[in-house]
Amino acid sequence: MELTGAQILVESLKKEGVDTIFGYPGGVVIPIFDVLFDEKDIKVILPRHEQGAAHMADGYARASGKVGVCLATSGPGATNTVTGIATANMDSIPMVIITGQVASSMIGNDAFQEVDMVGITRPITKHNFLVKDINELSKTVKEAFHIANTGRKGPVLIDIPVDISKGKTEFKYPEKVELRGYNPNYEGHPGQIKKAMKMLSNAKRPVIMAGGGIISSDAADDFRKFVDKCKVPVTTTLLGLGSIDPDNPLWLGMPGMHGTYQANYALTECDLILSVGARFDDRVTGKLDAFAPIAKVIHVDIDPTSISKSVGVDIPIVGDAKTIIPELTKNVKECKIDDWRSLCKKWEEEHPSKYIQSPDGDIKPQFVIEKISELTKGDCIVSTEVGQNQMWAAQYFRYKNPRSLLTSGGLGTMGYGYPAALGAQVAFPDKIVVDIAGDGSIQMNIQELATAALYNLPVKIIILNNGYLGMVRQWQELFFDRRYSSTCLLKDDECPPECKGVQGSECHKYIPDFVALAKAYGISGVRVTEVGQVESVLKEELFNGKPSVIEFVISREENVFPMVPAGKAINEIMGMA
Amino acid sequence: MLSTISVLVENKFGVLAKVAGLFSSRGYNIKSLTVGETEDPNFSRMTIVTHGDEKIIEQVKKQLNKLIDTIKVSDLTHIDHVETELAFVRINLKGHSRSEILDLSHVFEGRAVDVGPRSLCVEIKGKPSKINAFIELVKPYGIIDVTRTGKIAIPREMNISD
Ligand SMILES: Cc1ncc(C[n+]2csc(CCOP(=O)(O)OP(=O)(O)O)c2C)c(N)n1
Ligand SMILES: [Mg+2]
Repeated sequence: MELTGAQILVESLKKEGVDTIFGYPGGVVIPIFDVLFDEKDIKVILPRHEQGAAHMADGYARASGKVGVCLATSGPGATNTVTGIATANMDSIPMVIITGQVASSMIGNDAFQEVDMVGITRPITKHNFLVKDINELSKTVKEAFHIANTGRKGPVLIDIPVDISKGKTEFKYPEKVELRGYNPNYEGHPGQIKKAMKMLSNAKRPVIMAGGGIISSDAADDFRKFVDKCKVPVTTTLLGLGSIDPDNPLWLGMPGMHGTYQANYALTECDLILSVGARFDDRVTGKLDAFAPIAKVIHVDIDPTSISKSVGVDIPIVGDAKTIIPELTKNVKECKIDDWRSLCKKWEEEHPSKYIQSPDGDIKPQFVIEKISELTKGDCIVSTEVGQNQMWAAQYFRYKNPRSLLTSGGLGTMGYGYPAALGAQVAFPDKIVVDIAGDGSIQMNIQELATAALYNLPVKIIILNNGYLGMVRQWQELFFDRRYSSTCLLKDDECPPECKGVQGSECHKYIPDFVALAKAYGISGVRVTEVGQVESVLKEELFNGKPSVIEFVISREENVFPMVPAGKAINEIMGMA
Repeated sequence: MLSTISVLVENKFGVLAKVAGLFSSRGYNIKSLTVGETEDPNFSRMTIVTHGDEKIIEQVKKQLNKLIDTIKVSDLTHIDHVETELAFVRINLKGHSRSEILDLSHVFEGRAVDVGPRSLCVEIKGKPSKINAFIELVKPYGIIDVTRTGKIAIPREMNISD
């Protein structure tokens, strides 16, 4: 039987097991939405902005491990997804983005709502397709899902001209994918694995660096077994948080710019790094020449381009963490490194990351996050916005499980957290999902409050309101002589131009009133200004199964410490006793 | 250092843009790039001449390999191969005789492909260095235009594996 292109698309998505699409309509995708109108097996979530749709698909994917799918119309609808695509690309998140395109015959004519999406997204997708023939449509969908969800995962875009959606042909879904040029390597080289584990057992001061690759390949259990056996200290990157239980005494915390003292010192003084699924990002390495100056490096990664890109590697092992880690475990013994483990412990004890919450002072953001962590016992999905809120969420929440932190690591996208949290909540309706937000970032996709209200997605927004674009203000305080240029969110026309941080009541009223705003969307909103209220409000709000906005008015000029200034060696740490 | 990289790709819409875009977005240099269909119209072969230190060339090759549409990447730089390039050089005839230029061209095994009252166009083929030498030599006569294909290369038989 002949089907239309739009029907073929939807049938193909069903073959791929898609149960949810985050989609926003427009002219050239009406035929697709028309098919979805009667579709029982696919739930369509209508966000309030296509950027929201893209981040929702991303959050859905990060939380569930399945491919996230979003759909947008041509032109502005498509370009609105760009930030979401780039965010997913940087963090290797499997997503399929479907965009409508003007009719094939119009392409290149500057037609109404025409943009070259394949051109625009070439550097921010793993791969992209423009469908030129309806007979290629089902094959393209099959390939897109395969590419998105294998190897180093990532977003794949399919651009579908409207005449293809409206055309008709026989529907055949290919059994398997044949891509001559794409054959990711999963098995690590056995010889390299043996050599690596020998090197590890001979090391005197080894460190394991665990990255997002462990999470995305669902290898956290295997990884924990490996660590239990070799007993080597572990540092987890931002995207690797949750790969090991934070109660494990071998855990050193996060490395890098806002990493712990012990993680950064261990990396600097170690004689061997075993990196698994981490890519030596510049926020982790700091000044490259000074990074792990005497260490040999073993690098396990599915993407050959990650190996020796910034840090030189002695033993590369190309393959999938899930396949390789059990092999590592087979080939390793407990490392005899008591002195080194005690040195790491000593660093941790002597230089803890800490803050002081006085009972009648301003609310400290770290305190709020620790309370959420305690109250939920870590059994919760946390997404973050970007800035100080993100770093505090990384430092003070204890991520017991993989896929429990959703954060834009590579791109650092403000506005990511809320829609991502909604996407995760769609995947797990019964879990507690919180978005740790800044007052700046949350306004970048605040319109999605409507989506939460209408679909009853009980995400809790925790706004850490400091009245500033706090992370940028922190840099201005530390490196630009407190010249708070365009970072005060309370500033209005009457403020003195040279304000270097007036505190509290002297400042103007905060706009918007987040509590009133939540109410405008039919969502409950609470403002917390006293330390004494923090716990009781959280207890009330976190477990009530309803969407809410909880605003904590926090100490305005709190900084994120420890901090390694950009371009410095990671043991040149500020804000440390 | 100059490297010559041969890339077998799917002969599909957008592949050239993906390869060229990779070079520009990662800041790699392209000295020349040629592309044409192979004996099988499903594939094209590109010959890319690029420069960079060893680490960069390593990344260039890995990144090319990572593209879904690339089937094989071979670095010909350090293996025995044959290579050639074609150029058209149009030279001004004002102030000197046609035969003077033709004589020079013959030394380079070039031939005249277009002759007019004001200019002469020479076709010249060979290693890029030979073409560079010819261009330098005729510069004083006044070059009007140069069109070069960029280098194509293929490994010698003894180097062909699989
Ligand atoms: C889309 C986007 N624009 C700008 C930035 C640069 N930036 C990084 S952190 C930050 C401040 C964020 O402010 P807020 O959300 O209030 O978080 P805080 O640091 O105060 O916790 C800015 C502007 C960014 N990361 N993303
Ligand atoms: Mg803020």
